[in-house]
Amino acid sequence: MAQVFQVIGTRPIRHDGLDKVTGRAQYGADIQLSGMLHGRVLRSSHAHARIKSIDASAALKVPGVEAVATAADLPESGDRIAHLGEGAVNLRHLSSNCLARGKVHYKGQAVAALAATNPHIAEEALALIKVDYEPLPPVMDVREAMKDSAPKLHADVFTEEMGQLKKDKPSNVAKHFQFKLGDVHKGFAQAAVTVEREFHTATVHQGYIEPHNATAMFNPDGNVTIWCSTQGAFTVRAQVSELLQIPVSRIKVVPLEIGGGFGGKIRVYLEPVAAVLSKKTGKPVKILMDRAAVFEGTGPTPGSYIRVKLGADKTGKLVAGEAYLAYEAGAFPGSPIGPGAMCIFACYDIPNVLIDGFDVCVNKPATAAYRAPGATNAAFASETVVDEICRQLKIDPLEFRLKNGAKEGTRRADGPIYPRIGMIETVEAAKKHPHYVAPLAPGSSPFPRGRGVASGFWFNIGLKSSVTASVNNDGTVSLVEGSTDIGGTRVSVAMQLAEALGIRAEDVRPVVADTDSVGYTDVTGGSRVTYATGWAAYEAAQDIKWQMLEKAAQLWKTDLDNVVYDKGVIRAKDDPAKKITFKELAEKIQHKGGIVVGRATVDPPWPGGAFATHIVDVEVDPDTGKVSILRYTAVQDCGKAIHPSYVEGQIQGGAVQGIGWALNEEYAYNAKGEMTNASFLDYRMPTSLDLPMIDAVIVEVPDPKHPYGVRGVGEVPIVPPPAAIANAIYAAVGVRMNELPMSPGRVVKALAAKK
Amino acid sequence: MSDTKETTGLSRRQFLKGSGAAAAATALGTAAAPGALAAQAPAAQPVPGMGPAGVKITLQVNGRKMSSTVEPRVTLLDALRNYLDVTGCKRVCDRGTCGACTVLLDNKPVYACSMLALEAQGKEIRTAESLVQGAKLDAVPAAFVRFDAQQCGFCTPGFVVAMKAVLEQNPKATPAEVEKGLAGNICRCGTYEQMRDAIYSLCNTKRGS
Repeated sequence: MAQVFQVIGTRPIRHDGLDKVTGRAQYGADIQLSGMLHGRVLRSSHAHARIKSIDASAALKVPGVEAVATAADLPESGDRIAHLGEGAVNLRHLSSNCLARGKVHYKGQAVAALAATNPHIAEEALALIKVDYEPLPPVMDVREAMKDSAPKLHADVFTEEMGQLKKDKPSNVAKHFQFKLGDVHKGFAQAAVTVEREFHTATVHQGYIEPHNATAMFNPDGNVTIWCSTQGAFTVRAQVSELLQIPVSRIKVVPLEIGGGFGGKIRVYLEPVAAVLSKKTGKPVKILMDRAAVFEGTGPTPGSYIRVKLGADKTGKLVAGEAYLAYEAGAFPGSPIGPGAMCIFACYDIPNVLIDGFDVCVNKPATAAYRAPGATNAAFASETVVDEICRQLKIDPLEFRLKNGAKEGTRRADGPIYPRIGMIETVEAAKKHPHYVAPLAPGSSPFPRGRGVASGFWFNIGLKSSVTASVNNDGTVSLVEGSTDIGGTRVSVAMQLAEALGIRAEDVRPVVADTDSVGYTDVTGGSRVTYATGWAAYEAAQDIKWQMLEKAAQLWKTDLDNVVYDKGVIRAKDDPAKKITFKELAEKIQHKGGIVVGRATVDPPWPGGAFATHIVDVEVDPDTGKVSILRYTAVQDCGKAIHPSYVEGQIQGGAVQGIGWALNEEYAYNAKGEMTNASFLDYRMPTSLDLPMIDAVIVEVPDPKHPYGVRGVGEVPIVPPPAAIANAIYAAVGVRMNELPMSPGRVVKALAAKK
Repeated sequence: MSDTKETTGLSRRQFLKGSGAAAAATALGTAAAPGALAAQAPAAQPVPGMGPAGVKITLQVNGRKMSSTVEPRVTLLDALRNYLDVTGCKRVCDRGTCGACTVLLDNKPVYACSMLALEAQGKEIRTAESLVQGAKLDAVPAAFVRFDAQQCGFCTPGFVVAMKAVLEQNPKATPAEVEKGLAGNICRCGTYEQMRDAIYSLCNTKRGS
């Protein structure tokens, strides 16, 4: 039974729109406190080296320099694991990632920091800090790092082999695990077609436009306030608490507007350093990263090596799948190899599966989450092999997905059985879309054209959210939430409260609060905010409704069970004359009956997951290898689109990032392990001129558990583009691209190899 | 209220003396912009040579004269953000590659990170903040709000200014011409589709026609 909505599905103007278009919105770098000092971070010039000594005496003599911080100023963290909402981290490693202790493991790793009266002094004094390094050979490639002969990053990282720690010798392989379903040998024996291929993907960055920033004020009473750009104020609080060993109650984190994160603004980098410098100087300290520091010193998403083998019988039914995934964790263990391995065959019902996953340290920045972390690498490999199987069996690739697509009851190789999901529905919608049958318009250009499709999966997560909602006497509601708003979630959360109360979205005033002003809320990540914080808003609305019913019952001197709440109007069951709107009652109760504040905390079950199927047309210039996107259609199951414009925006934004990953973006390294393209000039992200219109198609298969059927939407749209584009390139010029990015040079090389 | 804010602390000259890098000071002296220094108000303290000590500058920003003392190497972007509290222009790449710091300089869009504050003296500087006067929002930012051509909003003021520049120079610009004017700006959230909606409405053209 479909619900009928008044607010959900409409497209109200965002509450923060005007502030953002006029430059009034306040971001972290805009903070200016009285007596504030400016901090700068000295970063390693080596990809791999032992730190023999750090001498900051010359820097400290410079007038205006007030303090220097190194790892010696951070308490020694034990080997404890902190869960950050989207990924976990060993605190000792996290500490060394904020200020290196003993060794540097990548070029750009923070080594020391100082605070001075202005940024120029800070920058110049930084150059006077002398660090004596003993350079060590770096290892930059995941498969090189897995060899016994490879330089070892850590003396104390051992392979966790199938859950057992192999403590005999240190290794760059931090983890090896397996997912097993059925019997792959028997499965492949039934296959009429088997395809096995190898793939490589480059390290890429989230590329959020706003650089990291943190301002800290450490008071002599032991209380510290931190203003920063983060996807989760509470996770910053938890990390700073652990790293500096201060109780969480002493730390207030104020999340300012956030200029993009995409997974990269969950782990702390600057916050504890600013706090230490503030403690040392007794003054507020602000630290801003520049762009090179963002590329070199923060967590990108891993480069990877993946091998995929798939077998299908002659009817086109998948019978077996095997995958070997090795992901670069970067400097410290913790790549998204787990989700990558869970996602690689997640779109399909395959009875026999064997997946091996490896988490491998290399001398690159410690990797962080990036929009569906791990899934895009995996889908590039599996969806390309699926396309080859379709070609060999001469089956339409969407028909193949209809035949093999995962549905309710399908068991994924890592264990879970799917609840109601919408994979098949996305394929059906793609098949019906005019794009899929439109001619490729050959003849209009001298270059060959091709069409490709690919699907993708991402889990989405639940986790904890809190909100409070106060009824104002003008009939509006002030909604306080703990989820930082990256892509418009203030509105999508407010709309769910408005829907539940039967009031307008514009009459809800959402605000993102600091850690002292709202209940615990997990990160803005895992596509969870509209799902979980929206759910909390729904629950808070129920709380408000009950209180409003009580007030009305008191007003009319009747029993509580004689009053009902219906779409913003409260009525007495026994007297049609007795009715009052939400707004009227809000005004009345201010004078008598007290105030109404709703509150809710939720820790909802994980949602069923999101699926997407994309169609792309490309044109390939065989001489230059340039691939142009001609047309793009992205179909996605969104459960229920609360604000359809924002859902479309997420789908398009994810697709744009996936296109950049597919065609341009990569960390380029020289032999010394130095990134050679740490700028937006050389690390090329798509601009308007690189992109055609991206047609976002919303499919709605409501999540049965959520009050409004919401599924997260933010992450899965980045998953299909590289594979869809690779398949389109094959359709155009007949070469299989097995390495990302599919930059002009690689396309030319592949074309030359074909000849 | 005074718009003047004096820098405190150490000048570059003192710093270099302190760190004994006299040779570097000489080399840097030649890099300063002589024309810009000459354009200073005569009332200011004479600057010894073309040295890099703080100099008083006056900038015309969003219709107001604002003064401060900055070292010659300070970019227009840093002067606006750090010395004049005009924070609508954003520091993202500081290398002229992303457009987030775009301002109008005598009606032309420029990257504020790629010119010195000194060079901007005597010119009319406008930032995104100028596009709202009291309760009246300019048509360009209004279209960004209406079509939700933003997600995180950090690149948005730069895009707004770049689009305003094209439409001011040529009110009859076609949507394609307006979009070309955005080629120097990056939006990582990928809101180009919504910007196109905004462009079509500002050009009074229907999309798809």
